[in-house]
Amino acid sequence: MRSVHFTKALALAAVMAIAAGCSSSGSKGDSGALTDTVGASSIGAGSTGGVTPGSWEEVQQLRNVFLFEFDRAVVRPEFLPDLEKHARFLANNPSARVRLDGHTDERGTREYNMALGERRAQAVERVLMVNGANSGQIESVSYGEERPAVVGNHEGAWSQNRRVELRYLSR
Amino acid sequence: MNKLKCLVFAVVMLFSAGLMAQQLVVEVTQGVDSPVPVAVVPFGWSGDSALTEDVAAIVSQNLARSGFFRSMNRQNMLSFPNQEDQVFFRDWRMVNQDYLVIGSMQPLSADEVRVTFELYDVLKEQKMLTREVSAGRNNLRDAAHFISDVIFEEITGIKGAFSTRIVYVTADRGQGTNQRFRLHMADWDGERARTILESNEPILSPAWSFDGSKLAYVSFETSRPVVYIQHLATGQREQIQSFPGLNGAPAWSPDGNRLAVVLSKDGNPEIYVLDLRSRDLQRMTQNSAIDTEPFWAPDGRSLFFTSDRGGSPQIYRMDLASRAVERVTFEGSYNARGRLTQDGRFLTMVHRGSSRRFQIAVQDLKSGRVDILTNSDYDESPSIAPNGSIVMYATQEAGRGILAAVSLDGRIRFNMPVPQGDVREPAWSPFLK
Repeated sequence: MRSVHFTKALALAAVMAIAAGCSSSGSKGDSGALTDTVGASSIGAGSTGGVTPGSWEEVQQLRNVFLFEFDRAVVRPEFLPDLEKHARFLANNPSARVRLDGHTDERGTREYNMALGERRAQAVERVLMVNGANSGQIESVSYGEERPAVVGNHEGAWSQNRRVELRYLSR
Repeated sequence: MNKLKCLVFAVVMLFSAGLMAQQLVVEVTQGVDSPVPVAVVPFGWSGDSALTEDVAAIVSQNLARSGFFRSMNRQNMLSFPNQEDQVFFRDWRMVNQDYLVIGSMQPLSADEVRVTFELYDVLKEQKMLTREVSAGRNNLRDAAHFISDVIFEEITGIKGAFSTRIVYVTADRGQGTNQRFRLHMADWDGERARTILESNEPILSPAWSFDGSKLAYVSFETSRPVVYIQHLATGQREQIQSFPGLNGAPAWSPDGNRLAVVLSKDGNPEIYVLDLRSRDLQRMTQNSAIDTEPFWAPDGRSLFFTSDRGGSPQIYRMDLASRAVERVTFEGSYNARGRLTQDGRFLTMVHRGSSRRFQIAVQDLKSGRVDILTNSDYDESPSIAPNGSIVMYATQEAGRGILAAVSLDGRIRFNMPVPQGDVREPAWSPFLK
């Protein structure tokens, strides 16, 4: 347990450091997306009043779509609290399993985007694992640009399409 | 390049083919230096009931689309010869034609037609060739493509690629999981399209074996990416061994015995080569970057691929004997999904340069010169005709995916007939037997 916490802290620090480095190195004109990241399909963290912490009810209210910057596969810091709660649920419920679908926007070539979508799914997977989830509980698949959430070639659509979707296969 | 719009015209041709009446718009949007003027006269027909295809019109369109020819509008023709004694060279010299094609068709049986065609050099006033071809009444397009190949090669010295086929993927418009994906095969010009695979899950990266008998592609039908090989004669499919993570970007070796694929089973996308006889799998790249989109040099001795190991996606070449890797592309911030001409000299790819648009570019591997061939924002998936004359690619028009083509010299650009849905990922067949 002690070593788990140690790696967790280390990885978390690394994620933060990368995220910080990323935003200071200048995002590519799509940083505006940061302000409108709350998708219709999810409710942000902090809205868990009235449900038991760590319960299935709470997990269902957590954000399950995690957005990314253009050509990046770094989990944004504001998504970490919800991901940690997902991870805690997985850690406490060994029979629970999730699937992570990684996606990209339509720009760039299809197979390159397959690889990029996988990197995004892996980034979310790492956050879950350092927070206690077991690798056997997580299945990651990249869809690249093949399944856009929003159709359209403008940043409004692209920012919603650069995402990882988390879905429970069992609880 | 080519900001000059010397010539804009649209030829609208209506094919009243019973099965697939389709409207085809050929839009030549660029200045044409010196295409050779050729007149293809409507072919005579001695049978009773009308034929479903206008063979001469198909030949005429094929030649024009190659970029090498300018086909004469038949409304401007002064005479309509079907045989030698009706040819008056004066009629064609006056309207500045260099070559003349005539033909006649006779019924051989209830459902077979014989086509006799002749090619003339108008300036020399000489007959260059007379040939005959027979075809089923329902397959007159085969005859038209064959005739186009013969004439193209006779005049240019380059083997014609009009009897080839393309495959491409369509996705119904929609988002999320409410999409239907289809893999289609069609004549090179998009006609006679038929569906060869249909799924609710994505299909991508179709690739022809070099002998034209098989396709490899990625299908998510099991809700995970898996590479399949489909035998075109039988429709029989086989799944190659799949692994956790990515299974993608299949590319056939020229000898047909090996398949390069991208796997991320070891945690990171790497290029592997699968020996299809022994099923031996060899890892080719070892790099923490994304390595993907492999394609083979025509001599089979090296493998090209896309990698972001240098900080941005660029194309690299690996010598298979020494495993030495060298970077191939240097111009622009993004060069990916390359394909080579069969002589190995020209590399086409998706290129993003100072304009920040994704365009199709061609790089002369001998001189290093890079030319941008296309002119919109989201061009992708270039695929080259086996004779190296034309590059077909996916682009967008009014927010929808369509196929377009451009001659390798950038002189002729046209849109393909548009099937339903979002169209993407054309793959041009090799020469077919």
